[in-house]
Amino acid sequence: MRPESEEELSAIVAGARGPIRVRGGGTRGPGETAPGEVLETGGLSGIVLHEPGALTLVARAGTPLAGIEAALAAEGQRLAFEPPDLRGLLGTAGEPTIGGAVATNASGPRRIQAGACRDFLLGVRFVDGTGAVVRNGGRVMKNVTGYDLVKLMAGSRGTLGVLTEVALKVLPVPETEATLVLHGLPDAAAVAALATGLSAPYEVTGAAHLPGAGRTLLRIEGFAASVAYRADRLRALFPETAQEVEADPGASRALWAGVRDVAAFHGRAGDVWRLSVKPSDAPALAARLGAEALVYDWGGGLVWALLPEGTDARARLGAFAGHATLVRGSAATRAALPAFHPEPAPVAALSRGLRQRFDPRGVLNPGLMDA
Amino acid sequence: MQMPEPDAAILARKDDIVAKLCRILPPDAVISDEAETRAYECDALTAYRCPPLAAVLPRTTEEVAAVLRLCHAEGVPVVPRGSGTSLAGGALPTADCVILGVARMTEVLETDYDNRFIRVQTGRTNLSVTGAVEERGFFYAPDPSSQLACAIAGNIAMNSGGAHCLKYGVTTNNLMGVTMVLMDGTVVELGGAHLDAPGLDLLGLVCGSEGQLGVVTEATLRVLPKPEGARPVLIGFASNEVAGACVSDIIRAGVLPVAIEFMDRPCIRACEAFAKAGYPDCEALLIVEVEGSPAEIDHQLGLIAEIARGHDPVELREAQDADEAGRIWLGRKSAFGAMGQINDYMCLDGTIPVSELPHVLRRIGEMSRAAGLDVANVFHAGDGNMHPLILFDANRPGDLERCEALGADILRLCVEVGGCLTGEHGVGIEKRDLMGDQYAPADLECQMAVKDVFDPRWLLNPAKVFPLAVSGTRRTGAARMAAE
Ligand SMILES: Cc1cc2nc3c(=O)[nH]c(=O)nc-3n(C[C@H](O)[C@H](O)[C@H](O)COP(=O)(O)OP(=O)(O)OC[C@H]3O[C@@H](n4cnc5c(N)ncnc54)[C@H](O)[C@@H]3O)c2cc1C
Repeated sequence: MRPESEEELSAIVAGARGPIRVRGGGTRGPGETAPGEVLETGGLSGIVLHEPGALTLVARAGTPLAGIEAALAAEGQRLAFEPPDLRGLLGTAGEPTIGGAVATNASGPRRIQAGACRDFLLGVRFVDGTGAVVRNGGRVMKNVTGYDLVKLMAGSRGTLGVLTEVALKVLPVPETEATLVLHGLPDAAAVAALATGLSAPYEVTGAAHLPGAGRTLLRIEGFAASVAYRADRLRALFPETAQEVEADPGASRALWAGVRDVAAFHGRAGDVWRLSVKPSDAPALAARLGAEALVYDWGGGLVWALLPEGTDARARLGAFAGHATLVRGSAATRAALPAFHPEPAPVAALSRGLRQRFDPRGVLNPGLMDA
Repeated sequence: MQMPEPDAAILARKDDIVAKLCRILPPDAVISDEAETRAYECDALTAYRCPPLAAVLPRTTEEVAAVLRLCHAEGVPVVPRGSGTSLAGGALPTADCVILGVARMTEVLETDYDNRFIRVQTGRTNLSVTGAVEERGFFYAPDPSSQLACAIAGNIAMNSGGAHCLKYGVTTNNLMGVTMVLMDGTVVELGGAHLDAPGLDLLGLVCGSEGQLGVVTEATLRVLPKPEGARPVLIGFASNEVAGACVSDIIRAGVLPVAIEFMDRPCIRACEAFAKAGYPDCEALLIVEVEGSPAEIDHQLGLIAEIARGHDPVELREAQDADEAGRIWLGRKSAFGAMGQINDYMCLDGTIPVSELPHVLRRIGEMSRAAGLDVANVFHAGDGNMHPLILFDANRPGDLERCEALGADILRLCVEVGGCLTGEHGVGIEKRDLMGDQYAPADLECQMAVKDVFDPRWLLNPAKVFPLAVSGTRRTGAARMAAE
């Protein structure tokens, strides 16, 4: 099924007899094995409005991300939440869409400073599980008119409705960027160093640690003179540590694309888990995992772990404040373990209640977000 | 603005309900004396008043849960209240409701500088959150002008903004987690010290839900390192159009000011008369503030000045020292006070696409003349959030009604040009009946379905946000019975 308009989509959903599997570019998994007839959003494509002076972009949900990024780049702008390209990690093909990025709240390293995808999402249109077309939010920067269903739709993975149009806040691309690279820090010292960088007034926009490469990274962006100044001030915070500044913007960008897309795991076998934790807890929690490889982003708050197939990461972690999500798993792991972290009973009850109201017949990506 | 008829059966049971409240709370936490409940009869939308059945001031999440369990069992509506500074009537009581105030819940529960957050009880005022972390060089970014008085509880319920949200975002962008009590007394934890948990974003849904989904008792808030410094520049223009174009150019150029504030001539004059800030007498004024080290500030202000000069400013004044910076902000910060001194005023809060600024200001001027009421404009220009102030005389019969009618027309204009009814103050009762102008029936139905899930009997702040006719069957009989 590949509707060419919102009306057609609405009719398809209203008339659905069984499960529908919503598919943007098909690049983000999991869920490829979920039951149901595939509904492709590619027919709902195109930029509806780009107003550079108002920092706004409105696009249909099936628009390829690459097209949006190119249109923005032509005006010296970008999606500041840095949506990751997970094809290399997940072994998927296809073209990522903006709807897919929004539906998974896909947010890269700049999340810690600029915000997540959900923070840049100004408005949505979607078709709910009954076929009703619903609009929420708008295209303006500040809007508290009624409930914020915009946030609710971001990250709901097509289980509450099929997105048809999204409005986003965009930002200018800074003049340049640079990365302070610290060498040889063990995980705990590295996460502490990231905290030091993030607690200084130098507007760090990326804070990652790559244990495999023995490198700890802090990114700054802005006007050239300001970036040079702040890089110097940051260096001075770590007098004891071997360090250098990667001042070539292209090379810095490549470093962060690697963090964003978890390049360290590309081509390596095993299951991939993603932990969302309190940053200072990360090193000790990661140690419990006994992972084959780790990547820390978001100052330590986001941990990517590569584990042998079939490992129950949650069992190894025990009780902790945060969440572990199975992002890539062998068929056996996926059969044995839910992808999503179990929620406390009252929260799960609210989520279930919302799904029942938005999709009473349970036709939209059923089971996809089950924990 | 109409409010539903109070439930006579509840009014008749007042003594019994108060007695039960006294059994679950310390004696000083229950207020039922008519003289004292008057203190809770309104918020900052003072044109509407109604004392509640009773008010309670619990100190802990457990006490809040006990109150809600009781009111749920008794079928008594509850209106949550922070500091009562809402401009939208969000905390306006009905005669049959219990006001649940969190004003005594002001504790700091945890400060964590390694992870850059603070956890507080939500009765704590906005400014005192920054007060708790500034010794260590941190601050809490959202800064509503009411920050001395307003509580984090109300900030979360209204998703409040502030002058600096162009750079730092509004409440929802700085809120990491909440402890919230549902109407039936269930305590839920959403979010926390970790970011963006997978699963539905209930935290994002709760922020801005105007006290209709649950009572928020504790909050985890992101705190940020203070910038090295900040400095404003004041730029005067001969027309609103030119000022609007200048705003757009600054934004495009990649300078990210923390604030771009806009004042039109009526507002400039009133502020000048009141605060003597030394503002030039011109059509439009911008105050643009940037942050960083002294050299970074010089550089950014240099770029801004260059852009502004391309628009023929009638005045361009960079603050040379803290004193001058203070004076530049003084007029803007006293805008509401200045207006209040000349007149009664109603403060609107619509948002428009920045590109529509000149058109909307021209239309507001025409509408103001047609209605015979003066309108002064002061607003956050960087994000299109307008605050037209309609001046009226509360003692003159018919003036309030004319003022409300003009306000509604201006908000409809905001929607018409692609904007919205409210950018940061919330819907409350004030914009409730205009919701149908912004949203189609299916859009409202979907939002109300969310309330059905969190509060199936519609007991929590029920007469707000949705037009009474639209929420009617839910608030009365049908939905409640279905839920029981
Ligand atoms: C002079 C002045 C200037 C202002 N400037 C700004 C500004 O710059 N930006 C801005 O955004 N706003 C501004 N406001 C509006 C107001 O201050 C904000 O809306 C503020 O967040 C309200 O906080 P409060 O604690 O006073 O809430 P209240 O007025 O007590 O309540 C507001 C809403 O929150 C709900 N609520 C209260 N406590 C809870 C709780 N514990 N759980 C759930 N819901 C709850 C209430 O039911 C109500 O709907 C201004 C107001 C004034 C009077």
